Amino acid sequence: MQKRLANWGNYPAIISEESAYTQEEQLRSFVVAHHGFIARGNGRCYGDASLGKHSLSMLKYDKILSFDTVAGVLETQAGVTLDQILDIIVPKGWFLPVTPGTKFITVGGAVASDVHGKNHHMEGAFSGHITEMDVITGDGATITCSPSLHTDLYWATCGGMGLTGVITRVKFGLKKIETAYIKQKQIKARNLEEVIRLFDEYKHYTYSMAWIDCLQKGDSFGRSILIVGEHATKAELNPKQGQAPLQLPAKPRLTVPFNLPSFILNTFTVKAFNWLYYGKNFKKEINNVVPYEPFFYPLDAILHWNRGYGKAGFIQYQFVLPLEQKEGLVAILRRISEKGWGSFLAVLKVFGQQDSLISFPMEGYTLALDFPVRKGLFAFLDELDEIVLQYGGRLYLSKDARMKQEVFWKSYPNARRFAEIVNTYNPGKRFESLQSERLHII
Amino acid sequence: MPTVLLLGAGSDMAVAIARRFAATQYNVQLAGRQPAALQPLQQDLQVRYGITATVHAFDATAYDTHAAFYAALPVQPDITVCAFGYLGDQEQAQENWAETARILDANFTGAVSILNVVANAYEAGKAGTIVGISSVAGERGRQSNYIYGSAKAGFTAYLSGLRNRLFRSGVHVMSVLPGFVNTAMTQHLTLPPLLTAQPELVANAVFKAVQRKKNVLFVKWPWKYIMLIIKLIPEFIFKKLRL
Ligand SMILES: Cc1cc2nc3c(=O)[nH]c(=O)nc-3n(C[C@H](O)[C@H](O)[C@H](O)COP(=O)(O)OP(=O)(O)OC[C@H]3O[C@@H](n4cnc5c(N)ncnc54)[C@H](O)[C@@H]3O)c2cc1C
Repeated sequence: MQKRLANWGNYPAIISEESAYTQEEQLRSFVVAHHGFIARGNGRCYGDASLGKHSLSMLKYDKILSFDTVAGVLETQAGVTLDQILDIIVPKGWFLPVTPGTKFITVGGAVASDVHGKNHHMEGAFSGHITEMDVITGDGATITCSPSLHTDLYWATCGGMGLTGVITRVKFGLKKIETAYIKQKQIKARNLEEVIRLFDEYKHYTYSMAWIDCLQKGDSFGRSILIVGEHATKAELNPKQGQAPLQLPAKPRLTVPFNLPSFILNTFTVKAFNWLYYGKNFKKEINNVVPYEPFFYPLDAILHWNRGYGKAGFIQYQFVLPLEQKEGLVAILRRISEKGWGSFLAVLKVFGQQDSLISFPMEGYTLALDFPVRKGLFAFLDELDEIVLQYGGRLYLSKDARMKQEVFWKSYPNARRFAEIVNTYNPGKRFESLQSERLHII
Repeated sequence: MPTVLLLGAGSDMAVAIARRFAATQYNVQLAGRQPAALQPLQQDLQVRYGITATVHAFDATAYDTHAAFYAALPVQPDITVCAFGYLGDQEQAQENWAETARILDANFTGAVSILNVVANAYEAGKAGTIVGISSVAGERGRQSNYIYGSAKAGFTAYLSGLRNRLFRSGVHVMSVLPGFVNTAMTQHLTLPPLLTAQPELVANAVFKAVQRKKNVLFVKWPWKYIMLIIKLIPEFIFKKLRL
């Protein structure tokens, strides 16, 4: 069916022919009969990675195949969303090994972006927890790959943005939990210097991230709130929580039903929001035990909050810089605060080490910022790209909608090797997205 | 635990119906032409809802196997949902009898054959619910799909007769008339969003209507009125329309 498709940033939008199937044989017939299409999960990447003239929606390929409740291993078809998985595993005392900041993504999307969570510095990215997966490659064959089987295909598929083929089945390990609650600590940091020091001081916590206010200058440049947490034990719950320690949180209902006019998110409102958020009434440190939902998925409580950016959409700009390049972070935040184009959301996180072929994470600082699309934005982001390149960093393909091809080829050290592998499994560009065309990946 | 039998369990609508019932702790029997393809759904239902799901080979057009198929089910289902169907290609069917026969058999003859068996068993046991997924296309023949429509019209009439016959034995027969449903069957078509239901919506409506013992269910309410209007158009006008 012809559809207008856009991902989470609502930019770009295209008219695409969408197909969806429930059975593997149907997927296979589709793959061998088509060219120039891309697999699509729940469209929660921000940019153009899962957009193509033709798209293969995986949302109907959503069967959970097995759940070993003793060993904590789950096997699912690629179109199952993390949200559905949590509903099944949490009451049985298990949790996702890695989760991004939204649970409305598919398992296939988690693999293709090799997603990271607040625990990357301790537990790595999603690819580190997969025991095996199936991919339908360009010739229509289903290949089972893993860290020890068809390893080239495996590593090119983790973070490979759907270019090696259609991921159909994934088996991965879960994490044991005693309760559905998180013991969290929120600490206010006066400036960037302090939050970086705090990250280091609290690095033994499994989960950590910080919200930064990008519009501050001088002494409060980079003021932030660091949030760290651990899965709570039964003993840490209050009596009411303790009555049903593994109970699922209630489902949210709020939604933004249509695109808000873009003037609502101008500098003034960002300032007001940040003032409220970091304002005087926020104590230096807050400790509490909360359900996992607001801790991991604060934004999911408002479904479709992305519409708040208006029709033109927005760009999420997420980069990573090597650990020793803290000045790069300062340089970029300075440029943003000078420009006065503050971002509603600015999330800072420290990644641990990760050797991978094409996945985004590397040991260092990663910052994610939202910018509404407007005149001059792309030129400004090109300037930021220069700084990222200068400090040896790179951009997250899953958030990208606009980087120039040179930036990709210069910043991903294994790009050439990745492209070679893609060409063997995806001859003649059977799998192709707006992004892969833009970046000339294949 | 009660059991629901899904005939034609591979369709998107059947998958949604299976999940809806399983979520309320029904055991599920999945029957279809390619049992191997139903296995992921069987596993899914068991993992998600902790119920028992079984898979059974069933071919709607292999009429002489229907009695044996039903007799071999591990338990007699409390509810039988007849969800198979074949949209086919109207133009091709006009030229080619094989396509016409396929459409008639899949939507009418096959359904009648298996439901005759089920109806007799339910009548004898004085209990049971039969749900037939027919279509609004059966409400009036239109040039664009009257072969499919006529098969569904036959099925709708069959269900209404069955309802009449089985009423006295306490067996409930429900006809479901979905309009457009977003499924694999219709994905090459461009459907009006307001009149198009997601399979989950159909499943939910079917589930609730079964509890309430509804006789005829139109899934999206405007369809009831649209079809009423379409039925009221006098034939001398109707025949001139391009529908
Ligand atoms: C609010 C929010 C917070 C986020 N937070 C984080 C975060 O903390 N960390 C993080 O890493 N990411 C984060 N993301 C990004 C998101 O996790 C990724 O973009 C994810 O890949 C989206 O998955 P999806 O199922 O929506 O897939 P889509 O967005 O539809 O597709 C993403 C990519 O996966 C490919 N793909 C999808 N399914 C398949 C398949 N079956 N086979 C082959 N390729 C496939 C697509 O081709 C595309 O390249 C966030 C996104 C949002 C909206």
